[in-house]
Amino acid sequence: MTRSVVIVGAGHNGLICAAYLAKSGYEVTVLEARDRVGGGASTVSFADGYSVSGLAHILHSLSSKVCRELNLAGSGLEAGPPVDTISLDRQGQHLTLGANTVTGDGVSQKDVEAYRDFKKEFRTYAAALDPLMMNKPPRLKDMDSQDKFTLAKIGWKLRFGLGAKSMREFLRVGGINIYDVLNEIFDNETLKGAIALDAVLGHHMGPRTPNTVLTYLHRVRGENQGLQTLPPGGMGQVTQAISDAAHGFGASIRPGEKVKRILVNDGKASGVELFSGEQLHADIVVSNADAKTTFLDLVGTGELDAMFAHRVNKTRTRGTVAKVYIALRELPQFRDLSPAQLGQRLLVVPDMRYLEHAFNHAKYGEFSQAPVLEITIPSIADPSLAPAGHHVMSVSASYAPYELKDGWEQQRTVFMDNVIALIGEYAPGFEQLVVDKEILTPVDIETEYGLTGGHWHQGEMTIDQSFMMRPVHGSAQYDTPVEGLFLCGATAHPGGNVTGIPGHNAAQRILKIQGEPG
Amino acid sequence: MSKHDFKQVLEPTPFHARVDEQCMVKNWTSWNGYQTARVYDTLAAEYFAIRSSCSVMDLTPMEKYRITGPDAFTFLSRLVVRDISKLQAGRVTYVLWCNDEGKVLDDGTIFQLAENDYRLCSQHHQLDWLLLSSLGMDVDISQETHEVAALAVQGPTSYSVLTEAGFSGLSQLKPFRILQTNLHGFEVMISRTGYTGDLGYELWTDPANALEMWDAIFAVQHLYNIRPIGLDALEIVRIEAGFIMPGDDFNTAETTVRADHDRSPFELGMGWVVNFDKPYFTGKRALIAEHSLPVKRRLVKMSVTGNKPPADSFLFDGKNGKRIGTINSQVWSPILKANLAMADIEYRNGMKPPEIWAEIYYQKELEWRATWAECRIVEKPFWSHPRRSATPPGQY
Repeated sequence: MTRSVVIVGAGHNGLICAAYLAKSGYEVTVLEARDRVGGGASTVSFADGYSVSGLAHILHSLSSKVCRELNLAGSGLEAGPPVDTISLDRQGQHLTLGANTVTGDGVSQKDVEAYRDFKKEFRTYAAALDPLMMNKPPRLKDMDSQDKFTLAKIGWKLRFGLGAKSMREFLRVGGINIYDVLNEIFDNETLKGAIALDAVLGHHMGPRTPNTVLTYLHRVRGENQGLQTLPPGGMGQVTQAISDAAHGFGASIRPGEKVKRILVNDGKASGVELFSGEQLHADIVVSNADAKTTFLDLVGTGELDAMFAHRVNKTRTRGTVAKVYIALRELPQFRDLSPAQLGQRLLVVPDMRYLEHAFNHAKYGEFSQAPVLEITIPSIADPSLAPAGHHVMSVSASYAPYELKDGWEQQRTVFMDNVIALIGEYAPGFEQLVVDKEILTPVDIETEYGLTGGHWHQGEMTIDQSFMMRPVHGSAQYDTPVEGLFLCGATAHPGGNVTGIPGHNAAQRILKIQGEPG
Repeated sequence: MSKHDFKQVLEPTPFHARVDEQCMVKNWTSWNGYQTARVYDTLAAEYFAIRSSCSVMDLTPMEKYRITGPDAFTFLSRLVVRDISKLQAGRVTYVLWCNDEGKVLDDGTIFQLAENDYRLCSQHHQLDWLLLSSLGMDVDISQETHEVAALAVQGPTSYSVLTEAGFSGLSQLKPFRILQTNLHGFEVMISRTGYTGDLGYELWTDPANALEMWDAIFAVQHLYNIRPIGLDALEIVRIEAGFIMPGDDFNTAETTVRADHDRSPFELGMGWVVNFDKPYFTGKRALIAEHSLPVKRRLVKMSVTGNKPPADSFLFDGKNGKRIGTINSQVWSPILKANLAMADIEYRNGMKPPEIWAEIYYQKELEWRATWAECRIVEKPFWSHPRRSATPPGQY
């Protein structure tokens, strides 16, 4: 007998989980509240004739194992050519950061070599954590053989994979902040700022926040999977390919179907009820929603133990990034930046002090007076995203805290105009090119994408919310206290970014617990 | 809450003026931070007042919480392990509640005062757990320990005393029922509940009326023997009646640090208040899992042979045998002429040990001696009396 699965949410992880389960013979239905698949990694239209990646706009971490096993290329996945990171400088002394190289007028030979060594070392650390990433995080109590094997592999990789010297260094820096580490290694302030941004983007963290080395390792781990790209057609093309793969394996994908609650019968998940009133019964329910939404809204605290519900409620999910879409009548001119360079990933983060100051505001419920920006102009590589001759710019602007002291309703356009004015400082005349603009504050992101707190990663990726404690202990191995209910989103280990790993791991876990159908 | 005076370590209850006046030996202790008498004058006299006539105890320090709102029932049902769906306005039920792991946090009673209006009484402070448990529910929870003055009037003549003192309508009040009445124009709630295993009532009123209520009861002292009693006398009768005391007979889960030092309802012999056939409650999954296995240990009621007090005794599976447990609390029962104890013992394969022996150390004129006493597990209350539940109550 084929067993049925309902997956709540067609984010990339939900789709990947669906593909694996359908491939194994489960009868899979994916329900998506929005009118399209992909969640944060979808392509959306705005203004008139402009398209842009909804939230995530750079592909940098998608698991190569997932791509291979699901044959995503066969379903049309096109990553696009790798792009560099260019950290903008007001005077035009821009820095270009590749995977191993850094170039620019102001950068010393010492920093160039240090960057190469640093990246090599950190990629080794990230690789050492691989066994932990691609498996369920081991339980501390009642370990099964797989847990013990994972721990043994980690231990082996840390000690013998890294060697004594590297392991000692890894243990030294693993829990500390990126600010101290980068100051030890580099001289160039712009370089340090650019690296530090990768450690804090999407998190309620500044470079001096402990734990930012770990978040940076997540980022570097992505590079081990493949270099960052701007996928043609936007991120929606990537998730559409995953969706097509899942569909190809037999999964039914139903956008525009919003789940009201997860049905629990005598402690066991039995299906879902839609806002339309329709009930879908299933043997297994998988939630791609974050832990708070899944447990507190969809399941309800009444079906949970009090302390477990409390732990879920206390997870930190304060989003800090606003998304700004800008429609442009023509390509902007940045000081000393060639048109080819414009198609790369552009950063406004002059140095780490600037970044930390920007974060300071977020701590007190204010948005950054001088924000930190990650800018892409995807229409350079893919002109179909904008009307002929026009362009579209996608900006991730930090810090824009979810809980803004004065409320976002009054402040949203103020922040958006700040962002545009800031870009104008690097690209003179930029404001005059703006045809249309739109901002998604964390509050909008929560409403539109169903991410609690508008948090990119479905919860902070701090050590206390990682591994066997992600999202909380008691549901860190994808299964939950509710029998037959599983988590498959970024809320679960190993967390956010478009990696597909939570979806992959959740599917493995379901197959392990529930067995192959049939 | 009254203003705190730093020189006043213990909070006086609304009855304090009378309690202080009557308490001859000034043997004070703290009960939930309130100044409480252990003994008023003579323990034996207080004990026999409970068992033979009428006792009055200041119950105010018992933790009291008011739970109201549309989800009040849902909240309580999810909180406690017992099925409370049959509870209705004017009734009281005994409950206990557990943490996620199915280990007991505390026990107490739920009074349903009206629709969506409940009072929860507990032994220990529970406000944080109650608030934590209310996540996602439309319910108001407030502590009203100090806002409600309470007296326990217990003993064979308690009905007669209260009736004589001017409380009307008690004759038809059944056990675990509530009567809303009044005295001298102020409102008093009377519940037929108690901690003694005998006929008895608990009286609840506004603190402003506390002294007048106390005086009204003691005004009939010329007709009946009425004594205020302290915690020491209560300790004897509660063990006789077989009631467990969280914190004394077992470590409450919230205060337990060491693994396996907390206790589940099954381990306390309280499986009868656990209902799996009700909607989810905190600890249900853990308790279902535990219940599928043989019970590993039990809190048991034991009578211990001989007249030596088995205080803090180790328990063995035979004279000089293997150690299998300890005695947690024990009293000499004057009415049963026996040593009674609450003991925590290991079960093997879910079975109670065939023999239990206590090693008792005792002093004779400062010289320590040791002896062995055989113990017998008693499943029912050591002591009970039909008058506890007779309605109308006997007019002694």
